[in-house]
Amino acid sequence: MLSLLAMVIDDSSAMRLILGRIMRGLGFDVVEAPNGAEAIARLESGIKPEIALVDWNMPVMDGLAFVNAVRKKEQWRDITLMMVTTESEQSQIVRALAAGAHEYVIKPFTPDAIADKLALLGVLA
Amino acid sequence: MTITAGAFAFIADLVKQMTAINLGPGKEYLVENRLASLARDAGFRDVAALIGRVQLSGDDRLRRQIVEALTTNETSFFRDRDPFNALRQVIIPDLCRKRVATHRITIWSAGCSSGQEPYSIAMTVVDHPLINSEWTVEILATDISQEMLEKAKSARYSQLEVNRGLPAPLLVRHFERCETDWRVVPAVRNLVRFQQLNLAEDFELPWIDVVFLRNVLIYFDTTTKIEVLRRVRRVLRPDGYLFLGGSETTLGLDDEFERVMLGSATVYRPRGAGVPEIPTEGAAPIAGPAARPGLGSRPSSLAGSPLPGSPPGSSLAGSINPPGRR
Repeated sequence: MLSLLAMVIDDSSAMRLILGRIMRGLGFDVVEAPNGAEAIARLESGIKPEIALVDWNMPVMDGLAFVNAVRKKEQWRDITLMMVTTESEQSQIVRALAAGAHEYVIKPFTPDAIADKLALLGVLA
Repeated sequence: MTITAGAFAFIADLVKQMTAINLGPGKEYLVENRLASLARDAGFRDVAALIGRVQLSGDDRLRRQIVEALTTNETSFFRDRDPFNALRQVIIPDLCRKRVATHRITIWSAGCSSGQEPYSIAMTVVDHPLINSEWTVEILATDISQEMLEKAKSARYSQLEVNRGLPAPLLVRHFERCETDWRVVPAVRNLVRFQQLNLAEDFELPWIDVVFLRNVLIYFDTTTKIEVLRRVRRVLRPDGYLFLGGSETTLGLDDEFERVMLGSATVYRPRGAGVPEIPTEGAAPIAGPAARPGLGSRPSSLAGSPLPGSPPGSSLAGSINPPGRR
């Protein structure tokens, strides 16, 4: 059976490692990107993840800009977007959801929290 | 393992006497794990020393703390989701038809622990398009643990707790920041009335339309399960609904209940209540693929809902009569 693909976008290599491990444990294949711009480049190269886990504060292109860019493209409309960030202000969560993010996890989180959110979204490998 | 078989038997007897909860063989690990922090906080060198003190002195406060530590259960918002989708899509519409004369619905969260279940029910009610100002909805939340009830009443949850099971649109709609935590907004928390109640003893409650008794029966022996179900059936309306945990059933315990499937949710109803009308176009599920947004659109579960900036819960604020203001 083919695994679903998850893209982990975070400028912290440690966080990419942690999220990658969680997602692999849930049965996903994982690709990584250190910022929004590189993530967009990978999407443009034809990689099509089922879900992207997106940090907010990153160099070059931040997570909110990435969400906005993805939502503008018809061919990426099926990608589920979940913010995973330390940004915890209510107004920031509203901004991300309004831009088109489907879910929002605030760091710190437990692996169960990620699994719960994927179940909420109906995205399970 | 630091506790002896005798110490475990003493604790199992204590819990059984005070709550009717059955700590069967093999639960030694639970006693060890759950009592470790209590022993440390109370200044004992280990769990065995804590138990030894209670055996010798009969310290009532320590006995109560031990029982509470062993009977507190993990919970999360919208746990298992299916019951909440059934409540939203089938049960509330059914009750709105059947209770039109009184415009009153009562829902009971039995064994509410730290409150995530009753507040999940309250959010479902507040967001429901059929519940308008004519309706009085009361959510009764009970637990045996006074400590858990105090935590539940505070309606305050950590970041880790709101990350579990709570869709982000509901977090921003029904919670407000409270220092580093989040607190349920008054429009939601005022729907819930908390009360200490031991399911293993006789109790008096008003008529109930829907009972959430999930992951509670598993802790009781068969005799107590039968008694608890009989007591619940006594207060459940003849056309009411009972939700149990995924591994629980009334089969073989109380033949007056029958199992009904509402979509992927299992619910138990007094025999003869039948299957409710299941709307073909019901309210949207709490979460799941149907709640996912399309291209360039705002997530559908946010659409038409009040966002922060307008008062939380403002579309229904004041329209549901909280208990005591009827």
